[in-house]
Amino acid sequence: MTDSTPAHTNVPDPAGPQAATRRRPNAPLWIGFLISIFAFLSYIPIFAKYPSTRDMPWANFLIFAVGLLFLFLGLRRAYAQPTEYRGKIAGPILTAISVAALVFFCFTIFSLGKHLPAATNAPKVGQKAPDFALADSTGRKVSLASLLSTPDASHPTKGVVLIFYRGYW
Amino acid sequence: MQDFEKLGVKPVAISVDSPSESQDLSRKAGYTYTFLSDPNTDAIRAYDLLHKGAGVSGHDIARPAEFLIDSTGTIRWINLTGDLRIRARPEQILKAAGTL
Repeated sequence: MTDSTPAHTNVPDPAGPQAATRRRPNAPLWIGFLISIFAFLSYIPIFAKYPSTRDMPWANFLIFAVGLLFLFLGLRRAYAQPTEYRGKIAGPILTAISVAALVFFCFTIFSLGKHLPAATNAPKVGQKAPDFALADSTGRKVSLASLLSTPDASHPTKGVVLIFYRGYW
Repeated sequence: MQDFEKLGVKPVAISVDSPSESQDLSRKAGYTYTFLSDPNTDAIRAYDLLHKGAGVSGHDIARPAEFLIDSTGTIRWINLTGDLRIRARPEQILKAAGTL
């Protein structure tokens, strides 16, 4: 009887080293991180394909917002209940990477595409379009004049839309 | 594409890509309209659309732009984007083409 009481006080504090390994994983941190990475990576393969999500990437920003919300909830849990949840170290790292992804995304979206030459000497509306003769995909030479004069299927040609693009080089 | 045909307006895509590259692209993406190859940037320069050194290996390519030309060869509508990502939407071009 007299032995048991001191022995009991020698038992390590339940919130000590052992408890650290038993703290629950902080899932919102990882979910938020994965959502943020998806927000970053999904623009080119998915959202850039549709003009409504391409011109202003609101869908990606919305996904980023959801990701950061999860990270916020995870961080709050990690710091408010540090004995209960893990994530005091991983949380700030994952959040920093996610925020960096958002910043880089904004930079590429709003800055990188704008360094285009002004094309100030491009022909204007009402002017004659400069003629040209270029090879089509079968190697046949095609001029603007021939495009305008040759009927397309059974319809008379009313005009041509020239779409200049960067190409896939 | 059928909407353009109905209006009697032919889409023509121009880039520095070679005819075989354009053929590959058309086949993979199912494009049926005309692709023209301008490796020496003759037409691209005639329309002042040269983007110097912007190609992957530093060669000159075209900046994106769209021109609607009527049957008399007169330019009726132009879209010169200020941002690579933002090109004319098909419905914008169709709207302009509908006025021919």
